[in-house]
Amino acid sequence: MNPFRYARVDSAPAAIAAALYEDRAQFVAGGTNILDLMKIYVEQPSLLVDINRLPISKVERRGDLVHIGALARMSDVAANDAVRQAFPMVAIALEQSASPQLRNMASMGGNLLQRTRCAYFRDPATPCNKRAPGSGCGAIGGENRMEAVLGTSEHCIATHASDVAVPLMALNAVVHVAGPLGDRDVSLSDFYRLPATTPHIETVLAHGELLTGISVPALPYASRSTYLKVRDRAQYEFALASAAVALDLAGGTIRQARVALGGVATIPWRSREAERVLAGALATRATFERAAEAALLGARGYGKNDFKIALAKRTLVRALEMVAT
Amino acid sequence: MSQSLLGAPRDRVDGPAKVTGRAVYTGDNAVTAMVHAVVVESRIANGRITTIDEAAARSAAGVIEIMTHLNAPRVNARKSNANDSLLFLLQGDTVEFDRQPVAVAIAETFEQAMHAAQLVRVTYEAHAPTTDLALGARFVPEQVQGEPALHRRGSPEDAFAQAAVKAKQTYRTPTEHHNPMETHGTVAQWIGDRLTLYDSTQGVFGVQSHIATMFGIDPTHVRVVAPFVGGAFGSKGQMWSHVPLAAMAAKLVKRPVKLLLTRPQMFGWVGHRPQTAQAISLAATRDGRLQSVTHDVVNETSISDEFVEPCAVFSRDLYAVPNYAMSHTLARLHISKPTYQRGPGESTGSFAMESAMDELSYALGLDPLELRLRNYSDDHPDSGKPYSSKRLRECYARASERFGWSTRNPNVRSTSRGRMLVGAGMATASRAVHRSAATVRIRMNADGCVVVQCGTIEQGTGSPTVFGQLAAEILEIAPDRVRFEWGNTDLPEAPLAAGSQTAASVGSAVVAAARRLRERLASTNGSPPAEGVEVQIEDKPAADEEAHATQSFGAHFAEVEVDPDVGTVRVAKFVGAFDGGRILNAKTAQSQLLGGIVWGISMALFEDTRYDARTGRIMNANLSEYLVPTNADIPDVDVIIVEGDDPFANPAGVKGIGEVGICGSAAAVANAVYHATGIRIRELPITPDKLLA
Repeated sequence: MNPFRYARVDSAPAAIAAALYEDRAQFVAGGTNILDLMKIYVEQPSLLVDINRLPISKVERRGDLVHIGALARMSDVAANDAVRQAFPMVAIALEQSASPQLRNMASMGGNLLQRTRCAYFRDPATPCNKRAPGSGCGAIGGENRMEAVLGTSEHCIATHASDVAVPLMALNAVVHVAGPLGDRDVSLSDFYRLPATTPHIETVLAHGELLTGISVPALPYASRSTYLKVRDRAQYEFALASAAVALDLAGGTIRQARVALGGVATIPWRSREAERVLAGALATRATFERAAEAALLGARGYGKNDFKIALAKRTLVRALEMVAT
Repeated sequence: MSQSLLGAPRDRVDGPAKVTGRAVYTGDNAVTAMVHAVVVESRIANGRITTIDEAAARSAAGVIEIMTHLNAPRVNARKSNANDSLLFLLQGDTVEFDRQPVAVAIAETFEQAMHAAQLVRVTYEAHAPTTDLALGARFVPEQVQGEPALHRRGSPEDAFAQAAVKAKQTYRTPTEHHNPMETHGTVAQWIGDRLTLYDSTQGVFGVQSHIATMFGIDPTHVRVVAPFVGGAFGSKGQMWSHVPLAAMAAKLVKRPVKLLLTRPQMFGWVGHRPQTAQAISLAATRDGRLQSVTHDVVNETSISDEFVEPCAVFSRDLYAVPNYAMSHTLARLHISKPTYQRGPGESTGSFAMESAMDELSYALGLDPLELRLRNYSDDHPDSGKPYSSKRLRECYARASERFGWSTRNPNVRSTSRGRMLVGAGMATASRAVHRSAATVRIRMNADGCVVVQCGTIEQGTGSPTVFGQLAAEILEIAPDRVRFEWGNTDLPEAPLAAGSQTAASVGSAVVAAARRLRERLASTNGSPPAEGVEVQIEDKPAADEEAHATQSFGAHFAEVEVDPDVGTVRVAKFVGAFDGGRILNAKTAQSQLLGGIVWGISMALFEDTRYDARTGRIMNANLSEYLVPTNADIPDVDVIIVEGDDPFANPAGVKGIGEVGICGSAAAVANAVYHATGIRIRELPITPDKLLA
């Protein structure tokens, strides 16, 4: 890796101050993603600001919502009773991510901000508009089996890698941001940016802004939810397709639903189209299949990832069946 | 003298050293004044180097030298073959594959060398590469493992034309990389014109001889040391570029050099299993007697070297087939040279042949196991020689019984467990047995303690344990009175630890030397004289060993669960039974066979090196995207050892168990997937996308 400087800070203002005036400064928490990327020369920060001492690692119920500190480790959140009871799909998504060792290290904030696993992004010998803006997209026309089919552009088809961001998106979670101009809250649905013509800009965070926490608003029926992840091997692998689903059922009828997809889109993908099909419909396989069709309506394959369109539909149908029965 | 047929399950003598970190591997060596080298690799797959900008690298902290084709010491060719492209030693500007070595950065620390390597800027004149097997220039190699590439018996075309039931398909296996836990690496130290190499290799004597030729020095001036090798699986059988590059770098900077490969570099130029396309035709009578088999193989090789994956050896040497034809063809691609990977030929060949046999069994409406039994060959089907021993029938019987094969519903897509489709599949395992000359020295000291010496290596298979155990058994002393010494060129010469031949080769020499020592001790009434007693014997395969054919055999039975909605496959149960002749140590043998099966499951479901067809670049050169199984992917695997005497194979009576476990295991999984789903996958790996139909 490139030589870099390292600073450890105790507070959010100190972290922001340390990073703000250095263009290539980056925050580091668990380090499970950025250190990896530094070793393969994809990330080349001049300064790493270690935020592990900040007091933002608690997971707690605050009234109706559950607050997750940005430094809470994935394993702690997965084991938290409030999370497990109120939002099973969040706990399941976490337990299906990475390995126990990584989950013990990786922070929730870092998880939401992790970079794509696209092979071209991760290989500086190849073109990638996300890593080197303007160099082109190697994945289009290349080895794109793992790439996205939703939310793509002619500049980037990289899949968003997070599992837990998928149910958090379905739950309409809010992230808390501290910055040089003050604190702000951003709905997760406004947080991620589609690649469009600027795939290197992935979120609305400005330089120097620090993600400090995540609030998950109450959604009573989310106690009936799941996260289904389909992958090539049983563990320790990113999704080919995944679905986070919560259903509000009355008898055989769906009152409301939340649906989000992972492994198939450039950002964690909430499907309001599928939710609209489900709301008020009978909880039958036919309904679920219509919802899946609606969710993938705008999908586009790039060759080797064409199968993901069918796989995502089947994954969503199966997840809906799991929650409905 | 008594020799048990199933050696005691003795714990590894080197186990405590390994698990406590005291075992010294190549990368653990630090010699005085040592510096570090990191290889810079090409970013194109076809072309030539036009410029190399070293300025930034040379000015980085700790950098000592940047070695390129412009300043590298010249070395002799490894062998007389003008087409020797096995090694890429900065002797010219040509680039033949992605990740070819193009420079070496040498610095005081590993981190500084890594950084400097990143700063070397190479520009190229690039041409379009070819990495598609269908597009490579094809030719028939002169030979396959010393035998003709084209071979036939009888008239397979006529037999096929006349047969009642036929099956004809093409099967494909992808490029696969070995990825032992320990990456390749070398420490090179010159003192005058004498060179010491600490090297992670399967054969210290091969490295010694090649390096002596290349540097024009006497072989006795090259000492190669390899006390522990952290896995190899064939990838450390050939001497690859990093060994001479380390010696060249050490010569250039006049200091000892350590050169270790990173994990991505393991996908560069240290060998891989080549992709294959195998056309197989089978013809049989209505009652399932094979009338003809043809097996035509194409495998990738590099631009200017040859490697044959001898797939058809498996179909040639297994079933009683009167009419047979095989061919091997190579296709030149812009890739690094393929090499031997565990069960070369038989692992890939068995996927094709045993899948084809499965297809034939369904075409005949015959139990797949019964089809194998109807075509059982008591003698070697090609040479007609009697087998030195063959207990394949017993392997079928014991494994099928343990598995519960007879209870399965023979119809496809007939069985489910919850939402999962359940299927059972089986396949035969077969692996050629090799043996080479080996020399062993045994010394008994006055106190009765014994030292057995042989310059073989320990790559995780248990050599130090089993050879000490074998000597102790013949000398009729406790195994803890015997110490085995191995792993350097000062010791008596051993052959390459490859091809499942070490137990047979070194084991036979241990047997011969231990017996000689017993004879010597008889003259002193069984007690050693005060000065001790020592014998050294070179044991070679005897002429009468040629009278018999020798093969290891086995039978695999796999149960899979397939999710019909999303196409995921999980192996739920696996039973394998194996005939490896005499077993030296039941425990280490079990581990080897288990490891082979695990790799077979991995081959069936996961492993696949992916090239970008436009650039020839490998796009999953790491263990995140190149998948190998996790614990959760492997069920309880039941290994049955069908032990037995083999009086004709060799003096040790062993047939080899290092590779037979992977031969056939991928086919058993594929056949189980077919039974579960009715979907026949003829191209590995079997991934969910292929089962979405």
